[in-house]
Amino acid sequence: MKIVVCIKRVPDTEARIRIASGGREIDPAGIKFVISPYDEFALETALRLKEAQGSGEVVAVTVGESTSGEQLRSALAMGADAAVLLKGKTSFDGLATAHALAAEMREQNADLVLLGMKAVDYDQQQVGPMLAELLDRPCITIAASVAVEGATVVCHREIEGGVEVVEAPLPAVVTITKGDFEPRYPSLKGIMAAKKKPLAEKDAHAAPSRIEVRELLAPPDRPPGRVVGEGVDAVPELVRLLREEAKVL
Amino acid sequence: MNVLAIGEQRDGALRRSSAETVTAAKRIAGAIGGTVHALLIAPSAGDAASLGQYGADAIFVASGAGAAAYDADVFAATIADRVQAGDYFAVLFPATAQGRDIAPRVAARLDVPLASDATGLDIADGELVITRPVYAGRAFAKVVLNAQPRLVSIRPNSFRPERAEGAGSVETVSVSDTPARVKVRETKAAAAGTVDVGEAAIVVSGGRGLKGPEHWPMLESLRDALGSTAALGASRAVVDAGWRPHAEQVGQTGKTVSPQLYFAVGISGAMQHLAGMRSARTIVAINKDPDAPIFKIADYGLVGDAHDVLPALTEEIRRIAGH
Ligand SMILES: Cc1cc2nc3c(=O)[nH]c(=O)nc-3n(C[C@H](O)[C@H](O)[C@H](O)COP(=O)(O)OP(=O)(O)OC[C@H]3O[C@@H](n4cnc5c(N)ncnc54)[C@H](O)[C@@H]3O)c2cc1C
Ligand SMILES: Nc1ncnc2c1ncn2[C@@H]1O[C@H](COP(=O)(O)O)[C@@H](O)[C@H]1O
Repeated sequence: MKIVVCIKRVPDTEARIRIASGGREIDPAGIKFVISPYDEFALETALRLKEAQGSGEVVAVTVGESTSGEQLRSALAMGADAAVLLKGKTSFDGLATAHALAAEMREQNADLVLLGMKAVDYDQQQVGPMLAELLDRPCITIAASVAVEGATVVCHREIEGGVEVVEAPLPAVVTITKGDFEPRYPSLKGIMAAKKKPLAEKDAHAAPSRIEVRELLAPPDRPPGRVVGEGVDAVPELVRLLREEAKVL
Repeated sequence: MNVLAIGEQRDGALRRSSAETVTAAKRIAGAIGGTVHALLIAPSAGDAASLGQYGADAIFVASGAGAAAYDADVFAATIADRVQAGDYFAVLFPATAQGRDIAPRVAARLDVPLASDATGLDIADGELVITRPVYAGRAFAKVVLNAQPRLVSIRPNSFRPERAEGAGSVETVSVSDTPARVKVRETKAAAAGTVDVGEAAIVVSGGRGLKGPEHWPMLESLRDALGSTAALGASRAVVDAGWRPHAEQVGQTGKTVSPQLYFAVGISGAMQHLAGMRSARTIVAINKDPDAPIFKIADYGLVGDAHDVLPALTEEIRRIAGH
């Protein structure tokens, strides 16, 4: 079975976000970039599926600038067999990204395409279902676990107020949330092996962004915190403030 | 040109998010001189006509066999059909679990971009300017969609429903006959009436400071005292420990929430947690460590042991609110 995992290079979740002069982009200086956390779960899911089957191939694909090669190398070090860098600028427009990925998927012909449920930079939560539509494939979103039974993919998915077990015929597209496991760290052996694995580079199928960023702003400041008091004795005062001052009760 | 608001029903009743999308649509329609349409996909019209009270002029209800159970393909195709039948300046989805699932599919079907999770909408020089959080709330972007219709999902609790006059005529339309491709084998649902943490008006979140899953009934009592719009949340530490399901996790790798009121109980206030809740209107922190970072952003902090404070707080709220 062949599985393609779409991964994105994003700022580390602890990074302090500063707006670059010009006010439309973030200042990348001093920021550590990582594979978006849900994409790591997607990659881990793919590697586990391959291990469970005892055979298969896992390919990591990204759309990004040449710096995104670092994240592909990490994916190879974690255990992906091959990687593809689709060179192009990423934007808020998930549909443009989905078009670039769809062009590559038509060549890859994978049984299963895994994505993160959302990339933690623009938080759009849209590329997975868009890609599925463009490829005319069934799509299961927000899967916490994925199993393959013959030509069927079976997932546990998070739904509002519960969990649902769903299935779809392969080939399919699945977006991944955090499951009952942690993504593995690359081993030293994995890092060495990654250097010999194929990392292809090609130009992304150009789809222009139709989302124009007018301005990027720092979040509104919150007033500095205030401590109402200590222990049980402060409870009546807290409730009074919530009722009379904040007017939320 | 018109604005289409997507409504949502649960357990046979309209959800608050429907009134929010209609309210936001009314604001845009007012600025561009258009009318407000609403679309609801539901087994029966139920209380759909009430959307007229928020300014909906025409309410389309797609009911029938395909509407009985949620299927993303069927719902997306039905919405795309409606959008193509009208002349829409914008289409607004609620950024609920369902809305987030459907909106990207509709966007791909119509070949237009989508701005997810808007917290603000303005019309400037006839153009719709969308404000949305990025980097989990560590920055905000103002964006414009260079396409028509403009597809936007709006974050729950960001647009307070407002009363407005609308004709409120109801028309039945058909559900798309697109085949469903994903089959549900089994649903393990939580109790009926449970509110999702991403949409709740009040969130009561617990962290590692609660010491174990056996102490959650204390948080549940507080939630119950706060009424039916309250939901439970959790820090990642307790989700990783297996005390609570991931669906309740608030933060960068969980839900991003904007409730009216957020309680952080026994939560230290790590950057990744703050990212998910810093846009709450009022934040209350209960923590036994006076130096916990959560106190820096809490509007009201209480230093103390959660095990003592929670029962007293629940009692006091019950006394005044009567739930
Ligand atoms: C990539 C990445 C993504 C992440 N995503 C998320 C996310 O989405 N959401 C999230 O929450 N975290 C996330 N984290 C984890 C985050 O960094 C913190 O580890 C986590 O939020 C800590 O959870 P906590 O506050 O419950 O636990 P702790 O940090 O252990 O804090 C427990 C708090 O309880 C207090 N306490 C102890 N006993 C009591 C008592 N009896 N009464 C009252 N207070 C008490 C303590 O003083 C302390 O402040 C992420 C981390 C990474 C690296
Ligand atoms: N530039 C990209 N390259 C590869 N995959 C991407 C890219 N952008 C988004 N994705 C995938 O789509 C998922 C959802 O992203 P988003 O819709 O931007 O929140 C991510 O978790 C990735 O799996």
